[in-house]
Amino acid sequence: GTRFRPLSFEVPKPLFPVAGVPMVQHHIEACAKVPGMKEILLMGFYQPHEALSRFLVSAQQEFKIPIRYLQEYAALGTGGGIYHFRDQILSGGAEAFFVLNADVCSEFPLQEMLEFRQQHGDAHSFVILGTTANRTQALNYGCIVANADTQEVQHYVEKPSTFVSEIINCGIYLFTPAIFQHIGEVFQRNQQELVLEESSNGWQRAEVIRLEQDVFTALAGSGKLYVYKTDGFWSQIKSAGSAIYASRLYLNQYSKSHPERLAQNKAGGPIIQGNVYIHPTASISSTAVLGPNVSIGEGVTVGAGVRVRESIVLHGASLHDHTCVLNTIVGWDSTIGRWARVEGTPSDPNPNDPYAKIDSETLFRDGRLTPSITILGCSVTIPAEVVILNSIVLPHKELSRSYKNQIIL
Amino acid sequence: AGPLALARDLLAEGGEPFFVLNSDVICEFPFAALAHFHRQHGGEGSLVVTRVEEPAKYGVVVSEADTGRICRFVEKPRVFVSNKINAGLYIFSPGILQRIQLRPTSIEKEIFPAMAQEGQLYAMELQGFWMDIGQPKDFLTGMCMYLQALRAQHPEKLHSGPGVVGNVLVDPSAKIGANCVIGPNVTIGAGVVVEDGVRIKRCTVLQGARIRSHSWLESCIVGWSCSVGQWVRMENVTVLGEDVIVNDELYLNGANVLPHKSIAESVPEPRIIM
Repeated sequence: GTRFRPLSFEVPKPLFPVAGVPMVQHHIEACAKVPGMKEILLMGFYQPHEALSRFLVSAQQEFKIPIRYLQEYAALGTGGGIYHFRDQILSGGAEAFFVLNADVCSEFPLQEMLEFRQQHGDAHSFVILGTTANRTQALNYGCIVANADTQEVQHYVEKPSTFVSEIINCGIYLFTPAIFQHIGEVFQRNQQELVLEESSNGWQRAEVIRLEQDVFTALAGSGKLYVYKTDGFWSQIKSAGSAIYASRLYLNQYSKSHPERLAQNKAGGPIIQGNVYIHPTASISSTAVLGPNVSIGEGVTVGAGVRVRESIVLHGASLHDHTCVLNTIVGWDSTIGRWARVEGTPSDPNPNDPYAKIDSETLFRDGRLTPSITILGCSVTIPAEVVILNSIVLPHKELSRSYKNQIIL
Repeated sequence: AGPLALARDLLAEGGEPFFVLNSDVICEFPFAALAHFHRQHGGEGSLVVTRVEEPAKYGVVVSEADTGRICRFVEKPRVFVSNKINAGLYIFSPGILQRIQLRPTSIEKEIFPAMAQEGQLYAMELQGFWMDIGQPKDFLTGMCMYLQALRAQHPEKLHSGPGVVGNVLVDPSAKIGANCVIGPNVTIGAGVVVEDGVRIKRCTVLQGARIRSHSWLESCIVGWSCSVGQWVRMENVTVLGEDVIVNDELYLNGANVLPHKSIAESVPEPRIIM
């Protein structure tokens, strides 16, 4: 998709750092913790990329579990990829496997899903992780109606136009090899339909399979599909604004799961408010004030009297003295000059509603750019003393004045 | 002009000419030259005129080139008549008091035209800068002009030192922190505290105000006893009345804030805060 531009110009979205580590590393950490996890397969349509190769090497070393990237030959949809690579998935003799969408942020209650399946289903049951949304926002997701006692999925609709259920699909599943039978049936049906159409790339289009619309909808009511409801934190990460929100959720989790990743106030160090991640190689002035919800990447320099709040500063960036950075993603190797103010508008879910989810933002509304997180692409230069407000600056731009509510090409 | 009648006895006493000044005007106040000019022509009144680029915004004066005797006034003319306007500085002989009654009176509309007809009113052209500083935007422009004149005539009165750029006037009782860059065109009043790392350009900061660290101000008027928070950005003729508090990390763009307000949210587009 293109909703993560301009940040996705530099790295595949699953590698974008959220709370200081690549988005998909949170998934890998959760998987590696599950006893009996044999292997992790990353599946995607991204071309080979140096960052990806480096990540695979370091992740395998750190988590001591085989991790491989399987590149799809075409974008095959949420079901087509795993179907295409079914032999790889089953090759180790796995009795079950998890499928996780990379662009979600979650507590990943994987162990709990396994236990739930034991208690409520059987060795052949499939489990969807579900969570509660409010009635309006649920329409943006896959909606699940389940039997209140057995938690069997009775009905599934992807993005309905009228209210069906507040329980939504988190994009995290527990399957057994039997799932491929069901996906295979969809594949065959697709093929039969395309034979009738006689189009030249029919074989490819038959392999595009959507788990949600094509498989879950059919499995609902069959007694094979269950939903495990979680109250733990969960969010999609579709846009830059949601990356900052997801960072906040993971940084909150760090106090229990990875306290060593949270910066502490200490003599000679910057002032830390709330949860802040600072890469060990970053260089921060002792008069800077950081947080809450700030991630500082590798080799970043933060000058005297700098204020950073609710922002992600990517590696190599440089914030000069007295700058003020709020609700912003500062791109790799960008520079912000002295006294500049770089500010965005957060799109957080309503804090008064425990089930509110972050909105999928539209870039424009009524012909005007909606106020949103400010994004500086890679290697952007912001001069001293200007204000950049609610704007998106594409990579390698060297600005010479202030901008507000604009996309700068 | 009516108020002059209130002071009639005080002004008439001694029989000497007296100056009258509009207080919302700034210039180099040529009192000696004006007094001399007035004595020379012997008429009842003299006023100072200044050249402006856009005379239609003001009252225009038409006078004889050699004597300066004023022929007539034209208020906000729609076609070009003259580029000299009434600068709001006058000197009158006490006789003028007989023309003025104790009631609201416009000196330009009611008194001067009669005096001009009688040939009693003369215009002296002002040298140097002039500005009507009734609007905040023009106030700041006038401030810049004043500081520039000060640089030419009394440069020792201006502030200098590390972090000072251009023409800057700082009251001796004001305190400026480390790593600030102040100027050009800044005036800082008595008892003002400017904390570390502040950048101020083209501003007036009035008595007792505090500007907290790392803030950035351009083209602002900060009122008496205000408190501007840390990492605040204020620009585009933001005006803070007396005792206004601006919270940390806000952005004020052309905000006009009435006295005793607290500002807790940014003002990204110009507006008035009551």
